[in-house]
Amino acid sequence: MAYALVLGAVLAVLVVLFVARPFLREPAPADDRLDEPGALEKRRLVLVEERDRALDALKELEFDHRTGKVSDDDYREQLGPLRRRAAETLRALEPRAEGRQERVSSSR
Amino acid sequence: MAALGRVALLLSFGLVVYALVGGSFAAYRRRRRLALSAQNALIAAFGTTLVAAAVLLIALARHDFSFVYVAQHTSRSLPLGYTLSAFWGGQEGSLLLWLVVLSGYAALAVWLNRRSRELIAWVVPVLGGVATFFAFMLCFVSSPFDKAPAPADGAGMVASLQNPYMLAHPPLLYLGYVGLTIPFAFGMGALLSRRTDERWIVATRRWTLAAWTFLGVGQLIGAHWAYVEIGWGGYYAWDPVENAALMPWLVATAFLHSVMIQEKRGMLKVWNMVLVALAFNLSILGTFLTRSGVVNSIHSFSQSSIGGWFLGFIVICVVFSVGLIYIRLPLLRARTKLESLVSREATFLYNNLLLVALALTILWGVMFPLLTQAVRGETRSVSKPYYDFFLHSFGLPLLLLMGIGPLVAWRRASLRALGKTFVIPAVAAVVTGVALIAVGLGTSTPGLLAYTFSAFVFASIVLEFVRGTRATGSLTRLVSRNRRRYGGYVVHASILLLAIGIAGSSAYQTIREKGLKPGQSMQVAGYTLTYRSLFNTQQSNSQTTSAIVDVYRGGSHISTLHPGKSFFPVEGDFGNDVAIYHDPRNLGDVFTIADEFDKNGTLFLKVLVKPLVNLVWAAGFLFVFGSLVAMWPDAVEQRRLAERYEPGTAAARV
Repeated sequence: MAYALVLGAVLAVLVVLFVARPFLREPAPADDRLDEPGALEKRRLVLVEERDRALDALKELEFDHRTGKVSDDDYREQLGPLRRRAAETLRALEPRAEGRQERVSSSR
Repeated sequence: MAALGRVALLLSFGLVVYALVGGSFAAYRRRRRLALSAQNALIAAFGTTLVAAAVLLIALARHDFSFVYVAQHTSRSLPLGYTLSAFWGGQEGSLLLWLVVLSGYAALAVWLNRRSRELIAWVVPVLGGVATFFAFMLCFVSSPFDKAPAPADGAGMVASLQNPYMLAHPPLLYLGYVGLTIPFAFGMGALLSRRTDERWIVATRRWTLAAWTFLGVGQLIGAHWAYVEIGWGGYYAWDPVENAALMPWLVATAFLHSVMIQEKRGMLKVWNMVLVALAFNLSILGTFLTRSGVVNSIHSFSQSSIGGWFLGFIVICVVFSVGLIYIRLPLLRARTKLESLVSREATFLYNNLLLVALALTILWGVMFPLLTQAVRGETRSVSKPYYDFFLHSFGLPLLLLMGIGPLVAWRRASLRALGKTFVIPAVAAVVTGVALIAVGLGTSTPGLLAYTFSAFVFASIVLEFVRGTRATGSLTRLVSRNRRRYGGYVVHASILLLAIGIAGSSAYQTIREKGLKPGQSMQVAGYTLTYRSLFNTQQSNSQTTSAIVDVYRGGSHISTLHPGKSFFPVEGDFGNDVAIYHDPRNLGDVFTIADEFDKNGTLFLKVLVKPLVNLVWAAGFLFVFGSLVAMWPDAVEQRRLAERYEPGTAAARV
């Protein structure tokens, strides 16, 4: 019983140290705020997901056409709008990406 | 030893409460160090729960009957494997297994997603909340570490649990049930943190697939256990506890399909949240049905008073998830719409509706006895015809959709393109149907439809691989470029095998029963079975009386079977030892049950000839293979996702 309780106490001490580790490592941090994506980052994420979707859709259309699931007419009809959408998202991302890089450089 | 187990569990409880309360506060007030500390608490809870599990395992292995749990579920004569499997043979041990798996999964999920701090900050309290319930139950309601003066021997284990399949079936089911907590926690965490992007889906894609695979394989192993152990000749009886595992699996299947529409088209965000919450709540309901003893089931091995606690927890989870989804509805609006009712995404939607409808009709069947008891004071239950009706009504269209989906293009498909892609599968289906009717197998309409649809699906899967290989130049390149899709097709093929096996072994099975004296024979579906004599054997935990039965086909001796009955003296329990001849010719079984032996030496032998039944078990191997292909990491995809969610990190640059 005593042996088990000693083991239990050791376990408890180890656990407390592990849980308190972030506070022990940084007793007085300059910034304790949890990172939160800003409006710009949220917008970037939406655009990146939109870009990936558009590029995936183009790949799918190409593949479906090659495997005979999409007729030539349907392929031609769908290709234009999908390309436009992919180009729009790529364009929308470019200036923001540069802007972000500039901000990162200036903060260093 | 028991004191160490209790202390470890109390520490687990304290840690998960801290993860819940401290984690919520940290996420709400945006406190970085507190959020990290809450994450550490969840990881530490895995360590302390493992210590508690180790204490119980050591007590089981040492036959320490001063532990009430060990005394109630094992005996000295029980072989070591079954003694250790008693860990999940009783209620307290099962709850501990839940907590071990949950805290292990939680620790791994937190560690793998540690870079997504703002999302994981809200995931931690959700995981902590679920773990708090189980830790509370173990500490204060149903402890495996209760002590009492040790009896000379334990009460032993229920005879039907003394089967090798029981070493794997419950842990696999629990890995599945508990695994569904991770996508639930990430889904709810995304809503709490107002992150409506797909980060939570990306983080939980493989978790869902793994949990779904475990649940599927666990059920199949359970079905095989029922087949060889329970001794009634079937493998699925629409038992409430069996249904309890099937429901979350069906909903998770729907989720795995609908989540692809969100990824590809940005649609169905609300529906996916509903599915992930429904799958989790059904997994808790499944544990409640298995453990509470509120329903009559051959799989409920305990009657207990924990039902009320579970019911309360289910209500909290349902209210929390429904309320949160409702509050966040404005954030979940889709920007795109379904372009056509004839498209890949539309077939996924139909498949979702059928899967959820099937799950809900099963849920109604499971809950019906409880509801009639509560409302009318008398228990009424629905039986096999109810379930069979809905299985045929929803299952057969689902089977057909499995073949139609891959043939239809995303967005919209023209009739001309459909005609071109459908022609070969349609011809295969018609030829199969006509051939089956011609050879006299048109007697069962569901069986005929199942085989006709199966031919359609099989042809469509083969076509997908052939056309895809032609388009990419090699099969390896085709699969490696889209593991999820082609792994999914392999899983479809396994479901096809399952459907063929189920249809063959149920719609076309033959059953005969006869009393035989030594030397007498009986004829069943082209087989002759001759009873020779009886013999007795003694094992460490049982005594068995077996018959010697020779099996002949066309006058040739093909096998000798030993169906029997075992008596377990410690438990005072009988078990059926069925004997099976696997016939490679029709992939079926000659299944024999020694129903009774009388004093005159007469054997009452029940024989079932089940064509194609072995395809049901073969489907399991293909299912695992397909799931592994779908789950296998894709370096290109991982780099793309890292660039998307963690730009500038090492993972994105690799």
